[in-house]
Amino acid sequence: MQYEYELQGGQEHQPVKYIEKTRNFYQAQGFERAYKWADNADIPWHKLSKPLSECNVTFVVTAVPDGTIPKLSRQGGSFALDDMPEAFRTDELSWDKQATHTRDRESYIPLVALQQLAKAGVIGSVSTRYHFVPTEYSQSNTLNSDAPAIRDACIADEVDIAILVPL
Amino acid sequence: MTARELESHGIATVIIGSGLDIVEKCGVPRYLHNDIPLGNPLGHPYAAAEQLASVASALQLIEQASVPTIRFGKVKWHDGEGWRANYMKIDETNRETLRLAGIENRRSRREQIEKGEKR
Repeated sequence: MQYEYELQGGQEHQPVKYIEKTRNFYQAQGFERAYKWADNADIPWHKLSKPLSECNVTFVVTAVPDGTIPKLSRQGGSFALDDMPEAFRTDELSWDKQATHTRDRESYIPLVALQQLAKAGVIGSVSTRYHFVPTEYSQSNTLNSDAPAIRDACIADEVDIAILVPL
Repeated sequence: MTARELESHGIATVIIGSGLDIVEKCGVPRYLHNDIPLGNPLGHPYAAAEQLASVASALQLIEQASVPTIRFGKVKWHDGEGWRANYMKIDETNRETLRLAGIENRRSRREQIEKGEKR
């Protein structure tokens, strides 16, 4: 994989090896087949064709906007910013429940930050819809259903930039 | 995977997260890595200035990077580094609990499927 790495704040610690930890954890729970993480050698690239200050920006999250839908039935979708819940459902997702909490929505939903950046003229606007993609065991559901639905919504909303914030 | 789909269709993307190895393997164009526990990718809870700085830095990455780039953010976890070893820790004190949790997990999943929960 060809990446350029930039260190802003230094890197004093080895980043946690989540793939290895997750594999061992589920093995300890008696699951026989290890999860296969998405693995791509090629990286798509789109060069921004206008300044940030003219861009319409949206965001994609994995926190669940409608927690009443059972986990296995959740699908990717697009929702009006005006109807955003005060709290998203996060309890069924994998994150470090010992070290932290998700009571502050803005620690995983960039709405207020983007609104401030739009007001300051750093970006052009915040798109009127945001997007939810469930963390799915099935990669084909993400690839063939959720991601294309979000793509179509972003194109319809004339989005220039998407910030993705997986929990 | 969603970032890759959007990027392939003319929408510039950036991920902000805390799971470096997972994102790295997936192959995404731009990633701002905050090296803190999973759960608050934008920064500490209630640290609005830190969260704003993360979003601003991610947007700058879109403007500045000309090749696939992973940027390590400035956020440092407030409560030491113990979380790194504690997350998903497996040792003799929880091995049996995990085995039982796995059995319950599979039972519950079967029950959900039997109830018709699916896509």
